[in-house]
Amino acid sequence: MSRIALIAQLTFHEARRRKIMWAAVLLGLAFLAIYALGLYFLRGEIITGMDQYPQGTLTAVNMLVMMALYAVNFLIIVMTVLTSVDTIAGEVASGAIHAIATKPIRRAEILLGKWLGFAVMLVLYATLMIGGVVLITRALTGYTPPNVLRGSLLMVLEGFIVLHLSLLGGTFLSTLANGVFVLGLFGVAFIGGWMEEFGSLMYNETVVNIGILSSLIMPSEAMWRWAAYLMQPPLLRTFNVSPFGSNAQPSLAMVAYTFAYLVAALAIAIRNFSRKDL
Amino acid sequence: MSASPAIETSGLRKEYGAKVAVADLSLTVQRGEIFGFLGPNGAGKTTAVKMLLGLIAPTAGAGRILGRPLSDIEVRRRIGFLPEHFRFYDWLTARELLRYHGKLLGMTDAACEKQIPELLEMVGLIHHADQRLKTFSKGMLQRVGLAQALLNDPELVFLDEPTSGLDPIGRRMVRDVIRHLRDKGCAVFLNSHLLGEVEITCDRVAFISEGVVVRTASLRQLIAGETTVHIRAAGVTPETLEGLKQWGREVRADGTYIHMVVDEEESLPAIANWIVANGARLYALTPERVSLEDLFMEVVGDTGEVK
Ligand SMILES: Nc1ncnc2c1ncn2[C@@H]1O[C@H](COP(=O)(O)OP(=O)(O)OP(=O)(O)O)[C@@H](O)[C@H]1O
Ligand SMILES: [Mg+2]
Repeated sequence: MSRIALIAQLTFHEARRRKIMWAAVLLGLAFLAIYALGLYFLRGEIITGMDQYPQGTLTAVNMLVMMALYAVNFLIIVMTVLTSVDTIAGEVASGAIHAIATKPIRRAEILLGKWLGFAVMLVLYATLMIGGVVLITRALTGYTPPNVLRGSLLMVLEGFIVLHLSLLGGTFLSTLANGVFVLGLFGVAFIGGWMEEFGSLMYNETVVNIGILSSLIMPSEAMWRWAAYLMQPPLLRTFNVSPFGSNAQPSLAMVAYTFAYLVAALAIAIRNFSRKDL
Repeated sequence: MSASPAIETSGLRKEYGAKVAVADLSLTVQRGEIFGFLGPNGAGKTTAVKMLLGLIAPTAGAGRILGRPLSDIEVRRRIGFLPEHFRFYDWLTARELLRYHGKLLGMTDAACEKQIPELLEMVGLIHHADQRLKTFSKGMLQRVGLAQALLNDPELVFLDEPTSGLDPIGRRMVRDVIRHLRDKGCAVFLNSHLLGEVEITCDRVAFISEGVVVRTASLRQLIAGETTVHIRAAGVTPETLEGLKQWGREVRADGTYIHMVVDEEESLPAIANWIVANGARLYALTPERVSLEDLFMEVVGDTGEVK
């Protein structure tokens, strides 16, 4: 087995052994069950509504799905931070890293192995949660938001931004400081996203630019806003100013920027860790 | 086996900001040699080992391990390391820990399955093999750490304070392990300040103080070498006294006492014979043994202050 895969396996083993996996899956299922239950009891109203005021009902159902996906988006981020925040920092603090880093394995391989483990967990969790919400909605109401695949990919991309930053922070911060670092950046992006949204609604360029700047520093919220934009019915896009929706135009340039951002964050993490005195 | 020494360094230096942890480490450890690295707290022992293992980057200097540069990854297949405070993921069992380390070392499953029970037996943990590390005591963790360091049948093992936290039985176990390694031709780099232990196990020692290797010597030289002898005897003639010079130097009479310095312990019976054969009455012949502890104090100073 390759050394990267071995470290990934250890990461997985830890998530299983420490019951992180179980807790995440069980509570994820609980989340989906509540959502399904609510939708199930609203089903009658939705079906009648679709006949009488199709436009308004569609909007309401979409709002409901977007609310659920917004919560899922937040859960993905928190789960990613919680599982990965301690990974390098904790091992450096405890000294466990000494026994690993003196084996025939490159530091880069250690970091990439961890990345692989967390990446697989992130994708699995996102698939369970986003897939669950979309399938439940479809099964109970027959409605599927537009562009659901592209939207989901953007949500997963947001998870990766957080993962990469958490791995990066772990190479030079303590566990706690790393948590503060990543969630703090997430906060910056969040408020910046709102500023951009309001700025564009009020045609205030300065405020929009503040938002764009914050998205460049931390593109996480921008990913959600584009995901939300894509998954809304076109009618809602122009007016919806709420965390569950967006009037922001997705731009390919920003997605390209995000990929470059991901690569850079991981590369700096590898460089930091490779040069770090352990 | 190739002729390259186990460890060879020249001018290794590590600075942490203004603090010089290791100033100039230049030493050679031969294959199969048990090398004791002695020094007071904060002298730079752990820092030296970490540089040799590539955990920290030297500020200056270079070194080779088993003939390969310090940054070489593959040479670590042939090296074992017990860190100063052995810690590992506490959610693993001892057996799982050893399996992961075996895989990290590139060992086959078959080799792991053969080695692991033997090592667990050797470090006295065979009955705790499937217990999670979080239930382990400090000494038990240290024992798994030792097993982990020996998994790959290494040619060179670094042990940083291997007996810390161990009970007397554990300490003896470590001594036996080191002897066993010596028999197999494995070189050992032993960091310690437990001098008795070093005295028993090491071939050669280096003293480090404030980041500088102040003395390196073979243990036989140190212990069985130059010895001051105090003799108490009556009826010693000047000729007898003169004759003592064939075994040593600085012969000096002081009443019924004679003091002299001999080059090796082996001369002591001959000296006793000489005195008696020349008609003097010998009451006492006492070699003043230099213990490693005396030497340690002499070499590193005994202020007891961490520098
Ligand atoms: N990461 C670090 N940052 C700053 N100084 C350090 C660091 N690590 C070690 N030092 C300093 O380097 C010196 C040598 O430390 P080292 O751990 O090598 O000592 P040691 O000989 O192993 O001591 P002990 O017997 O207590 O284990 C000490 O003065 C210590 O304060
Ligand atoms: Mg030390």
